[in-house]
Amino acid sequence: MIKPEDDIHNAIAAADVEEPSMAVAPANSVWKPLSWAKSNLFDSVPNTILTLLALLLLWETVPPLLSWGLFNATWSVADGTAAACRDSTGACWALMGEKNRLMLFGVYPYDQHWRPLLATAIVIAMLATSALRRFWRPALGYAWLGTVVVVAWLMWGGFFGLTYVETAQWGGLPLTLGLALLGIVLAFPLSIVLALGRRSNLPAIKAICTGYIELVRGVPLVSVLFMASVMFPLFLPEGVTIDKLLRALAGMTLFTAAYLAEAVRGGLQAIPRGQEEAADALGLSYWRKMRLIVLPQALRLVIPPIVNQFISCFKDTSLVTIVGLYDLLAATKAALADPEWRPFFVEGYVAAALVYWCFCFFMSRYSQWLERELATGTRR
Amino acid sequence: MLSGRQVKQPATLRALVYSARFRGIVYQVAVVAGVLALGWYLVHNTLANLAARGIATGFGFMGQEAGFDIGEGLIAYSAADTYLRALVVGVLNTLKVAVLGIALASLLGLVVGIARLSRNWLVARLATFYVETVRNVPLLLQLFVWYGIVTALPGPRQALDLGLGVFISNRGLKVPVPEWHDSYWLAMLLLAAAFIGLFVLRRWAINRLYRTGRPFPWLSVGLAGLVVLPWLGFLVTGTPLVWSIPELKGFNFQGGADLSPEFAALLAGLTVYTASFIAEIVRSGILAVPHGQTEAALSLGLSRAKTLRLVVLPQALRVIVPPLTSQYLNLLKNSSLAVAIGYPDLVSVANTAINQTGQAVEGVALTMAVFLVISLALSLLMNWYNAKVALVSR
Repeated sequence: MIKPEDDIHNAIAAADVEEPSMAVAPANSVWKPLSWAKSNLFDSVPNTILTLLALLLLWETVPPLLSWGLFNATWSVADGTAAACRDSTGACWALMGEKNRLMLFGVYPYDQHWRPLLATAIVIAMLATSALRRFWRPALGYAWLGTVVVVAWLMWGGFFGLTYVETAQWGGLPLTLGLALLGIVLAFPLSIVLALGRRSNLPAIKAICTGYIELVRGVPLVSVLFMASVMFPLFLPEGVTIDKLLRALAGMTLFTAAYLAEAVRGGLQAIPRGQEEAADALGLSYWRKMRLIVLPQALRLVIPPIVNQFISCFKDTSLVTIVGLYDLLAATKAALADPEWRPFFVEGYVAAALVYWCFCFFMSRYSQWLERELATGTRR
Repeated sequence: MLSGRQVKQPATLRALVYSARFRGIVYQVAVVAGVLALGWYLVHNTLANLAARGIATGFGFMGQEAGFDIGEGLIAYSAADTYLRALVVGVLNTLKVAVLGIALASLLGLVVGIARLSRNWLVARLATFYVETVRNVPLLLQLFVWYGIVTALPGPRQALDLGLGVFISNRGLKVPVPEWHDSYWLAMLLLAAAFIGLFVLRRWAINRLYRTGRPFPWLSVGLAGLVVLPWLGFLVTGTPLVWSIPELKGFNFQGGADLSPEFAALLAGLTVYTASFIAEIVRSGILAVPHGQTEAALSLGLSRAKTLRLVVLPQALRVIVPPLTSQYLNLLKNSSLAVAIGYPDLVSVANTAINQTGQAVEGVALTMAVFLVISLALSLLMNWYNAKVALVSR
């Protein structure tokens, strides 16, 4: 971006030195795009070939996609059948109009859909609030406690005038968000214990924690979820049953904790040894040393990796589809099981992908911003 | 200050309680006892539950007849074979998709990562668009889309002809393969010899470069050898290479090798997804090489391609290899999503076995053990490679 002052300075410099090359840049702004294109796209033969290939690729893909997705698309149907879509060559976005409830909320009772909608809105608003450093104070913790109570009441119901809805009927976006959030929040304390244990001087504790972390990181999440869904019932005493949703949540938590522990360990390693030695010299006990000196500094460093772990946890919740929970992806799949709308599966998946993409993209941008923001105190 | 006698005094109870060593032992004994108690409790409950449901324990089921079919495999298998053989088929299928996926994802990731740093604005933007789109959408969703696309293709009669005997239809991808002939051993032998020759040649060329400063185009010569030597083998034995080309006969193709729709979808999904992560790793690795290195190479008169290949990439590899290892491991673990689209990998075969025998504990444990072993082998291999490319510090 060239500011007017710069132009003046350049002009003065050019006039002073009288060097012709300084005045080559055309003053007329009409030519700027052309000269930009020449220096960025066509400055050499290989570069020109690359540009032409890229243009060819765009020419082959963008117009058909646009005519499919926009110009020839069917946006709504009057009769609730896919007849209009079948006649058209474009996308069938009318699918969203017919099936959005099923995709977003799964098999939650239809007339109660305002409850998961409100719960999701509250959680997203709280997430947005928590993202800002301005609100990082104890009151936020209490606000989250209140949120948990309100959201649980909205989802389960059963008192204060709301009908009871069992967890087997929960589904869609609220389930995806809830699993990801609870998974990471419950995994967090466990991950701190594991990370401290892995760095412990006590060989038995170190071996147990290292073993757990490496074992879990070596196996796929699908196996962990299968274990949770088929083996947890066997682990419990006879007659005790455990909710399907809770089992999946336990599996996600145990899995996430191992990965999070490695992030926390990275933070612990970044704290200079002198800090621990100073705490020892002051006579602090192990737990006070960790709680007051080491962890506050280490956890601050690992906030960006935790956000990244949250992103992959959010994407990984889609795997609960395989053990039969109705998360956003499974609910989309269920909506597409209707033979009437089955041919338009791409549209359904594109819509679900867009929801996932929005969450993940903004969180990854946030994590990058946070990294810069948090570095300001230590950067010189 | 203190005499040795005083330090060696018999420990009083008070001194014992305050001794860090003693406390450490107590903590460890307590934790180990707690873990063992939890383990015993779980095993006890599990055994009681299994007995109550009348489910057998142990790995005895491995020798029994499996009784289910598996769509594809690298070794012969029928429903009359044992569970053990079925699981081996599953393991091989997992390895097949993982090895191919790793190779293709590395290639695609390298190209996209370099493209993201291209001076060409359009190419860099396209690569960025690809990376940001693909890595922010769950892999499982992408697999569903790929599988939907592959199965929605026209049937074999209206298969898309991609030329050179490659056909794509809803029965998967059909590719021509060389037909095996008993006299091919000479060509195979020569191919192996050419491979060994390639490494010897590389060693010699690098040695000569260091000794005399004269480079030798070992890569082009070696690759030419890989093509020419087997060809000579075919000529000598007088049996030319015969290709088995897929042909439409009746309702399906005959001849050629085929990639099932499930395999094709899984491979495409894993490759495209993992490549987006590898691209970012490649990009950050290249950015980690100081720009002065590029400038120095260019001022020595190396071309841009040679600068990248001889100066930038070898240094970037040191940064790239460790995170690349974890991406390879991720790809291996993600291949277990095959179960969602019906590709018979280890997890999917083990699931069928669990459903039939009810022996969930053994099935899940076996799956996890196999994945652990493969992961460990892969990490060892990558660590060995990492040690090779790592900077030798004095």
